[in-house]
Amino acid sequence: MRKPKLVLVGNGMAGVRTLEELLKLAPDLYDIAVFGAEPHGNYNRILLSPVLAGEMKLPEIMLNDLDWYKDNDITLHAGKKVVRIDRARRKVTASDGTEESYDRLLLATGSHPFMLPVPGKDLPGVLAYRDIADTEAMIEAAANHRHAVVIGGGLLGLEAANGLKLRGMDVTVVHAVDWLMERQLDKPAADMLQASLEAKGLKFKLPKLTSELVRGESGRVCAVRFKDGEQIPADLVVMAVGIRPNTELAESAGLHCNRGIVVSDTMQTYDPRIYAVGECVAHRGIAYGLVAPLFEQGKVCANHLANFGIARYAGSTVSTKLKVTGIDVFSAGDFTGGANTEEIVLHDRSAGVYKKLVLKNEQIVGAVLYGDTVDSSWYFQLMRDGKDVAGIRDHLMFGESHLGNAGHQGQSKAAVLPDAAEVCGCNGVCKGTIVKAIKEKGLFTLEDVRKHTKASSSCGSCTGLVEQIISSTIGGAYQPQDAMKKALCGCTDYTHEEVRKTIREQKLLSIPAAMKFLEWKTPNGCATCRPALNYYLICAWPQEYEDDPQSRFINERAHANIQKDGTYSVVPRIHGGVTTPAQLKRIAEVAEKYAIASVKITGGQRIDLLGVKKEDLPKVWADLDMPSGFAYGKSIRTVKTCVGSEWCRFGVQDSTGLGIELEKALDRMWAPHKVKLAVSGCPRNCAEAGIKDVGIVGVDSGWEIYIAGNGGIKTEVAQFLVKVKTREEVLEYTGAFLQLYREEARYLDRTVHWVQRIGMDYVKQRIVTDAAGRKALLDRLLFALQGEKDPWRERVQGLRAHEFAPIRFFDKGSAGGKGNERMAESVSA
Amino acid sequence: MNGWLRVCLLEEIPPLGARVVNAGKGDIAVFRGADDEVFAVDDRCPHKGGPLSQGIVAGRRVTCPLHGMNIQLDSGEAVAPDTGCTHRYAARVDAGAVFIDLR
Repeated sequence: MRKPKLVLVGNGMAGVRTLEELLKLAPDLYDIAVFGAEPHGNYNRILLSPVLAGEMKLPEIMLNDLDWYKDNDITLHAGKKVVRIDRARRKVTASDGTEESYDRLLLATGSHPFMLPVPGKDLPGVLAYRDIADTEAMIEAAANHRHAVVIGGGLLGLEAANGLKLRGMDVTVVHAVDWLMERQLDKPAADMLQASLEAKGLKFKLPKLTSELVRGESGRVCAVRFKDGEQIPADLVVMAVGIRPNTELAESAGLHCNRGIVVSDTMQTYDPRIYAVGECVAHRGIAYGLVAPLFEQGKVCANHLANFGIARYAGSTVSTKLKVTGIDVFSAGDFTGGANTEEIVLHDRSAGVYKKLVLKNEQIVGAVLYGDTVDSSWYFQLMRDGKDVAGIRDHLMFGESHLGNAGHQGQSKAAVLPDAAEVCGCNGVCKGTIVKAIKEKGLFTLEDVRKHTKASSSCGSCTGLVEQIISSTIGGAYQPQDAMKKALCGCTDYTHEEVRKTIREQKLLSIPAAMKFLEWKTPNGCATCRPALNYYLICAWPQEYEDDPQSRFINERAHANIQKDGTYSVVPRIHGGVTTPAQLKRIAEVAEKYAIASVKITGGQRIDLLGVKKEDLPKVWADLDMPSGFAYGKSIRTVKTCVGSEWCRFGVQDSTGLGIELEKALDRMWAPHKVKLAVSGCPRNCAEAGIKDVGIVGVDSGWEIYIAGNGGIKTEVAQFLVKVKTREEVLEYTGAFLQLYREEARYLDRTVHWVQRIGMDYVKQRIVTDAAGRKALLDRLLFALQGEKDPWRERVQGLRAHEFAPIRFFDKGSAGGKGNERMAESVSA
Repeated sequence: MNGWLRVCLLEEIPPLGARVVNAGKGDIAVFRGADDEVFAVDDRCPHKGGPLSQGIVAGRRVTCPLHGMNIQLDSGEAVAPDTGCTHRYAARVDAGAVFIDLR
């Protein structure tokens, strides 16, 4: 059967990205042909500036070489410009007469540079800055000529000027407005930018209006004349005054255009067979000129081309970064402000730092950062999420501060790091490695960088640094991921929240049922989504859902912690850290009997037996005859306690007793991530309650409850939730808070990450204000925990014996006998 | 056929699970996919030697439990962009029993 034909007009980043997304979803659906006016494969246009600056070479910026088209069975008509669309016959024609008929047509014709309509604009030596040919012409001019004038002090113009200067030309930037990058920067920031660029040797004329480009004796341009009569020499003139969506072809075919080809939220034009993406498009009246929105459009378009029909493009919030080495500028949103807005400004001229945040109704609506852009991703995220910043307003200006993060020497400024500096302390990845991967492999997202370099893929504390490195390498092309709308994993487009809601509303009772209903893209998920789904089902349907061990990470399947050599560690539960001589003797005997390699006291006040062979686990558990400590699970871990009023001369409350009570009450509780508690018997807080998921501090008149602390990757101090009088109340509030966390946090969120996202006010309202809701939460927790059995005991009694038993071979016949004579014996445990 | 070894019954391996086979020269991981396909590879991740048998199986892939490298079970190759390969053995199901070819 003939496959339907898809024709792409425009072999650039937006169009080809759409094809890539389509091939991921439906690799064999279409016969695909691509027309491109340039004689190359698809290249990374954003990196033309580094090429011009001599920091990169052309082959390094190719995204799809000619082999890519061949490997994917795509016909590429390179160097052929489409001049006509015949919508009635569904056919496109190129200038050389090449024709292709289509069932679906995708227009990605990009944009034209706008050329000032002044005399001399067509002279040799006058260029736009748009593609490889322009870049090559500029490099060539730089080798043979001296004076360059760049008309346009916007993003592109400044990058061009910087590149030409680095190639040895004498460069003047001419701008019609009072200050540079006026669409991205306010005057103070722009003045600082201009000063830094002047220090690099660039000259500026502004505000200046160009009246004529003067023809020299050779026929080439020789000077630029301004309206005020001044004239400056110019052997090369680069016009960078803006772009216009390239809609000629679409208009000639009668498609509705209005400052761009008009498309719906599905990226469809007024002709339902024709889609359009990229800079040529006007979506809800906006034509985007940055790459990140184009990629979002491509994803939506591919979804519809693949006949999935569920994606919608709702517009993008964009931010800009200037790619001039050594200069950090960031801008996003409405940075000028106006009625009903407020501004917070920090201006340290001698340090070269300027920061302005524009707030409206306690939300960030715009930001300009100069000199210190460390927190740009954070501000951008707050802005895009529309987060209420009233609570953090006091220190908003000082940034998110990654200084509490461990593993990269407290470094927080990527731009000043040398290439050899270690960025990711978990995987030993240096800055140079990351930059190289971004450039050579054409990476655009944090996810890409994690995959290719492993940086930020383990503990994540260097994520902020890695994001900065990406944005300083590819500039505005980098848009931090929208954490609010992030899909659970690559197997689905649904978010954690959507998946959970559906599981509840549709009463889905198994992983296959959930995957089927939610149209999972993979047959049985992946190592990211299966454990998440398993947890969501456990949480939604306690006492009903049957746990799926194959969807659990090995530690939770084997109920022990896997170690680097493939052995396991065993940590029995010691409630509140209080043990007995008899218990210690038993542990000692087990350690001797099984030749346990290491016996260690853990930070959670219990004992870790390390180096146990997997097949010995059930025997070790049987001999210990103690319950599992769940030291391996996304579950309740320990309740750390201090000695408390029973012995301590300062103690005012029985912290040990309450700790034991809490640990018993919460035993075997699964959660989105590990949960650690502590109870201190007085404000000296020896149990370190200030860095726990729930920390309880005894005071003379009762107990203070703190939540969402963390002592891990990034130290976070727990926040005060409520003060109560009795132990029963502590249990009630703690249980209710943990159940809220269980029900509403995303899988692998610690309490701190979840509370940061939803806000402390929300938690207080649900746990403190709403008394009936609190009791209901606690009831649901108690119901879920009812009848949970000790997993070690169950396995000692023979549950899932196959998990622990290897299959061994022994020779039945003569030594060295052939395979057929050998028999397998399943060693039963 | 010489070299083929009967390992266990298919039902002794959980779907999307694995068993460790100790064949003398080192452990072999025998996997059972969702549609009862079986695969066998050396039980050593090419990255840092992690026991692949302990990983989560999805489709024809296993994710190493130590650092999350994905290994293609039908080839033993690491899934791009990672590189590396673990030795793969032919494996089949015959009359409800799992066989692997140790050669």
